[in-house]
Amino acid sequence: MSYKFDFEFLAERWPDFVAGAWLTIQLTVASIALGFLVGTVCALARVYGGPVLRRIVGVYVEAIRNTPLLIQIFIVYFGLSSLGLKLSAEVSAIVALTVNMGAYTTEIMRAGIQSIQRTQLEAADCLGLTRLQTILHVVLLPAMERVYPALSSQFVLLMLASSITSQISAEELTATANLVQSDTYRSFEVYVIVAVVYLALSALYRFALWAIGLVLFERRRKLGTPL
Amino acid sequence: MIQLSATHILYLVEAARWTVLLSLIAFAGGALVGLPLALMRVSRSKLLRGLASVYIQIVQGTPLLIVLFLSYFGLGILGYKLDPLVAAGISFTIYAAAFLGEIWRGCIEAVPKTQWEASDCLGLNPVQQYAYVILPQAVRIATPPTVGFMVQIVKNTSLASVIGFVELARAGQIVNNSTFEPFAIFAVVGAIYFAICYPLSVVGRYLERKANAGR
Repeated sequence: MSYKFDFEFLAERWPDFVAGAWLTIQLTVASIALGFLVGTVCALARVYGGPVLRRIVGVYVEAIRNTPLLIQIFIVYFGLSSLGLKLSAEVSAIVALTVNMGAYTTEIMRAGIQSIQRTQLEAADCLGLTRLQTILHVVLLPAMERVYPALSSQFVLLMLASSITSQISAEELTATANLVQSDTYRSFEVYVIVAVVYLALSALYRFALWAIGLVLFERRRKLGTPL
Repeated sequence: MIQLSATHILYLVEAARWTVLLSLIAFAGGALVGLPLALMRVSRSKLLRGLASVYIQIVQGTPLLIVLFLSYFGLGILGYKLDPLVAAGISFTIYAAAFLGEIWRGCIEAVPKTQWEASDCLGLNPVQQYAYVILPQAVRIATPPTVGFMVQIVKNTSLASVIGFVELARAGQIVNNSTFEPFAIFAVVGAIYFAICYPLSVVGRYLERKANAGR
């Protein structure tokens, strides 16, 4: 093989990679937070809502989970703008990722909520907790603790999937890589570097989620055991 | 301006055949590499376990899109210019193998330990143990999650569009370039993906219910 690896472009372009990674973090943290909110509300609607509401949430979840993220992003970015709703690439990315995250969170949280036994709700009733208190403290937090591993890996998968937003020119990490490689013709080196950055980001997210889990779930912090 | 017509829809449906073919290649390749990976993950040798685990960690921590770019543009610049179909096939194999390997590892480990002990007592060697006792049971446990993962594979083949392979997503972009009706076109493309994926999801769920009912 006569090819000589050359990482010299890094000396000049590393700020681009940092900026790209930073946008990836911003996009994904925003859509994880929003998507989690959407998904939790939908999961509650799916378990406790009326038949119509349950059906609507069901259609939303199935439609999103059975179509590619790439197409969802295209519909939000190109589709909505052709209907007159012009969103920037970054906003479109957050909207599409949130909608996607929401559907997966709904399914995961639904499993968690359904695992909360009836007697827990009756006990909360007896203690005189209001409906909101019951949902927050008796249903959601324990439900979340039970499905936290599944939620965490879904969050990390979303971070990796955010690379797809490069296709609508949101200037995140993958788009930065595409730009740098077309300037330098060092595509192999560029993509290897970006792959390493994504690996580091996955590790960072896993660590952060583990730490959040410790703060959120007292039982786990005190006993040190997974549920 | 060209109107969206039945011809366009037909073109999309024809492109969907490539999506199906790509999915089959990805699944076959993923299974071929994934099974040895799963066996390595449960092997007694620390080295084999470690190697498989490192592979899975790396692939599950990198976006599939980057793997695709590496095998198409990256290898191209190193002098190995691959056809988009080959590059996509390799990338999807790498990706699917990591996930299937991890799914199947869980299924092999889910076979009760007593089955190992019993087959040991009967004097079966490790190959016979796997072939006649462990794997047949693991396959039953593995079927529902594997069908579920096939949905992920079908959806992810849409990424092959970025290296210029004309499957369903790319065909949608091509039609859009001539008709400029992105909302309608991508809705149709989405619907075709849905038509492929939803039956798989339903079958996966059905199998899962059936498997759980037995226990």
